[in-house]
Amino acid sequence: MGVKLLLEHANVEGIRYYDTYRRVGGYRAAEKALKMSTADVVEEVKKSGLRGRGGAGFPTGMKWSFLAKPEGVPRHLVCNADESEPGTFKDRYLMEFLPHLLIEGLLISSYALGSNHTYIYIRGEYAWIVDILNQAIAEAKNNGWLGKNILGTGFDCEIYVHRGAGAYICGEETALIESLEGKRGNPRMKPPFPAIQGLWMRPTVVNNVETLAAVVPILNMGGDEYAKIGVGKSTGTKLLSACGNINKPGVYEIDMTIPVEEFIYSDEYCGGIPKGKRLKACIPGGSSVPIVPANLLFKTAKGETRYMNYESLSDGGFATGTMMGSGGFIVLDEDQCIVRNTMTLARFYNHESCGQCSPCREGTGWMYKILKNIEYGKGKMSDIDLLWGIQKTIDGTTICPLGDAAAWPVAAAIRHFRDEFEWHINNPDESQKHNFGLAHYADPRPVPAAV
Amino acid sequence: MNIQFSPEKLKEVNELISHYPEGKQKSALIPILHIAQGEFGGWLDAPVMDYIADMLKLLPIEVYEVATFYSMLNTKPVGTYVFEVCRTGPCMLNGSDDIIDYIKNKLGINEGETTPDGLFTLKPAECLGACGYAPMMQLGKHYKEHLTRDKVDAIIDECRKNAASKN
Amino acid sequence: MSDQMFKVTIDNKTIEVPPGTTILNAARMIGPEVAPPAMCYYSKLKESGGKCRTCLVEVSKGSEKDPRPMPKLVASCRTTVMDGMEVKNFTSPKVVEARKGIVEMLLINHPLDCPVCDQAGECHLQDLSYEHGTEETRYDFNRRTFEKEDLGPYVQLHMNRCILCYRCVFTANQLTGKREHGVLERGDHAEISTLLGKSLESEFIGNIIDVCPVGALTDKTFRFKNRVWFTKPVDAHRDCPTCSGKARLWMRGEEVFRVTARKDQWGEVEDWICNTCRFEKKETKDWVVEGPSEISRASVISQGHYAGNVGTEKPQVFIDKIIGKQPKLLLDIHSISDVNKKGVTLSKIDGPAHSDDFGLKNK
Repeated sequence: MGVKLLLEHANVEGIRYYDTYRRVGGYRAAEKALKMSTADVVEEVKKSGLRGRGGAGFPTGMKWSFLAKPEGVPRHLVCNADESEPGTFKDRYLMEFLPHLLIEGLLISSYALGSNHTYIYIRGEYAWIVDILNQAIAEAKNNGWLGKNILGTGFDCEIYVHRGAGAYICGEETALIESLEGKRGNPRMKPPFPAIQGLWMRPTVVNNVETLAAVVPILNMGGDEYAKIGVGKSTGTKLLSACGNINKPGVYEIDMTIPVEEFIYSDEYCGGIPKGKRLKACIPGGSSVPIVPANLLFKTAKGETRYMNYESLSDGGFATGTMMGSGGFIVLDEDQCIVRNTMTLARFYNHESCGQCSPCREGTGWMYKILKNIEYGKGKMSDIDLLWGIQKTIDGTTICPLGDAAAWPVAAAIRHFRDEFEWHINNPDESQKHNFGLAHYADPRPVPAAV
Repeated sequence: MNIQFSPEKLKEVNELISHYPEGKQKSALIPILHIAQGEFGGWLDAPVMDYIADMLKLLPIEVYEVATFYSMLNTKPVGTYVFEVCRTGPCMLNGSDDIIDYIKNKLGINEGETTPDGLFTLKPAECLGACGYAPMMQLGKHYKEHLTRDKVDAIIDECRKNAASKN
Repeated sequence: MSDQMFKVTIDNKTIEVPPGTTILNAARMIGPEVAPPAMCYYSKLKESGGKCRTCLVEVSKGSEKDPRPMPKLVASCRTTVMDGMEVKNFTSPKVVEARKGIVEMLLINHPLDCPVCDQAGECHLQDLSYEHGTEETRYDFNRRTFEKEDLGPYVQLHMNRCILCYRCVFTANQLTGKREHGVLERGDHAEISTLLGKSLESEFIGNIIDVCPVGALTDKTFRFKNRVWFTKPVDAHRDCPTCSGKARLWMRGEEVFRVTARKDQWGEVEDWICNTCRFEKKETKDWVVEGPSEISRASVISQGHYAGNVGTEKPQVFIDKIIGKQPKLLLDIHSISDVNKKGVTLSKIDGPAHSDDFGLKNK
């Protein structure tokens, strides 16, 4: 069993409610933090090496230290609970089962950053979780953890839940801020960054749910101790939401030292692939990160074991590696079709593009149309190079990272599975009847014995 | 239809507005549109949006712009029960295509259409954040997960029963 | 405030600009030979820019203090210069390539109905495609179309041609105070609309026609009346109680076909004009004519029959000064043409030029 910092008490009955959460040691970190100076709290987070858990992996302490503090201007902390990256459902799990962990993290972080009005921007579809959070906030308030003069420190803090209405783009922090201001979720041009001019043009920090929850164990154990867990710059624990073709889909907490192979096959985690099927490919960090074929998943191109952490997963760059991303771990078995999978992802990005800048607005739809043609037996060989060209135009030319996120899955699918695309095009009829199968990127593990 | 929130809903709306600083009441727009959609027939007709614009001191176009941007806000009429079936990557890997086809056949409608009795709308959705519980759909406030054909049958039956009991 | 200036080099040309200047504006100060194209940025409209991505440039040196290059291409209209910054625009193969791709994107759903479009001849998308695009598209799907919406007696909306620059939205916000149209829907279905087919009639709304870089918003009172290159622009003014009254009349003979605002070298309006000046004052007696407008010789409006100074001088700017960039067509047709003789003062010819005018008829 690995270390459990966030999900330690996830299975305690009634952990959703204040009394239980408090009984198992909840709000101890808040008690401790509110006795410290705000600078010391920030320092602990810096020392912990915590990296943003939303996908980009930016050091949280550094992000906090960028926050401008002009005299007389309120500052805000906003919790990004607009979890929408395909494959990712870890924040939902945290909020649904451990709402007080998030609220405690929010309280500590609000204190550290000087945010008296803190907002949780939650995706509109998580409608029932809004009720769970509101109830937890009310409980926290009744017990003196929110409101005025918390624990006699003179610090005031209110937390409000703000419900979105269905737009992946609002997970991008400036689009989220726009949406929170009651506007369309169009990402802003940067600079200025939110740390200088964010919500209502005030200095703002936007952090992911898991990031803010991780502040609790960091304060409890101290930044230095937290940093000892994990490896290199991948400190602490990370939640992974595993899905796709695995026996045990769900949310797992790992300490970033376990090999990818173990994560997929160990009974403690994904529990292997159903029906003894073989592994074809994996998207280990949410749909935006490059898909990798089985032969590059367990071992890097250099032949070293690949681990579940930021550095190891990105070993080899985009040529042979991928990314940790948001931790949405999607497994594809031997019967899955890469073209179809890529098509659904392209459709997703097309559907979710805000339409503000031209490469993304036009390019995502174009890629989807071409992929649809290939998938349904109407593709041309030149389409593959065309797709490559389109993704290249989008990559790096858009206002926000949604463009890159739309380009990378297409690029990676072509890079590693070009023969499957070609097979689709050369065999339009056959490809409508069955899928391509495994080919050279076969599962490197031995064929399981027949049952 | 008289477009006016009930006193009870109005209280809820004012509570929402109070979450934001003075003069920033526009921030409450999206949460209020959710309430309005629930109150006024499941979708946002122009007079409803104008009512909210007036309430928040916004230009009507500001409300239209927002309402048409977000996928959960309907600016066209929908059925009593909207099946939003996810079909993105992880759900597709676990058979969402089959579930969508089954619903189409069973209800005799295509994606984006509403049954003639006005009960059901099939609205294909993109990732709803339930990838580990695929295939799934959103129905009103809740998720229906690990869908099978049998489960879909049961859901449809239940909706029909609920609708009948309301009449 | 210090009056320190920042030194910035764009395509090997250096200029000193005040801090806070964007790369695009610094480039415009140097001149058109280094200025990136801009389809959405509009210096007179707050918040504009950043969306079309045609003005992307490569920052090869961040500043004197931090010389690291920027990892991605940046939107020059929204990026401010740093002291010692070095920028590559036309001299960067990366920029040229990316721009080509973006122009293609802007065109895949554009109807290319230039032959029936009133904007033809003064369309920034035409110019952009000509200067920075490729000759063919790789797009072979049906083009996106929108349902028609009537915006009243003044403004004609052709949504199919729109590139979503948002300029008209900012214009309505910043000039009229009561905006009635906006961008509805999202992604590739986003459209300019009022939702309810409202008539746009507020006093300064006509300016949305002038700021539109394409033929999405055109003057309904000029619709299908004439081709812009057949009309002669003259600058004129009138004593207007609402606006500056400084306008440009587009005339043929004595007839005023169209009234627009005057535009500068970058195609931007100099002074906003009111609807009365634009739509109601269509007779020469309404105006005090100042004289022919200065028109860029690269514009089709200056070709054939009009412009004070088309003739003998070679267009140096467009041929020699653009570093590493060859013109696609020889712009100075007069120096080689057998027809258009040098020295014939074209502006003196009444109506379109004819072989008679060059003494070629009975050869």
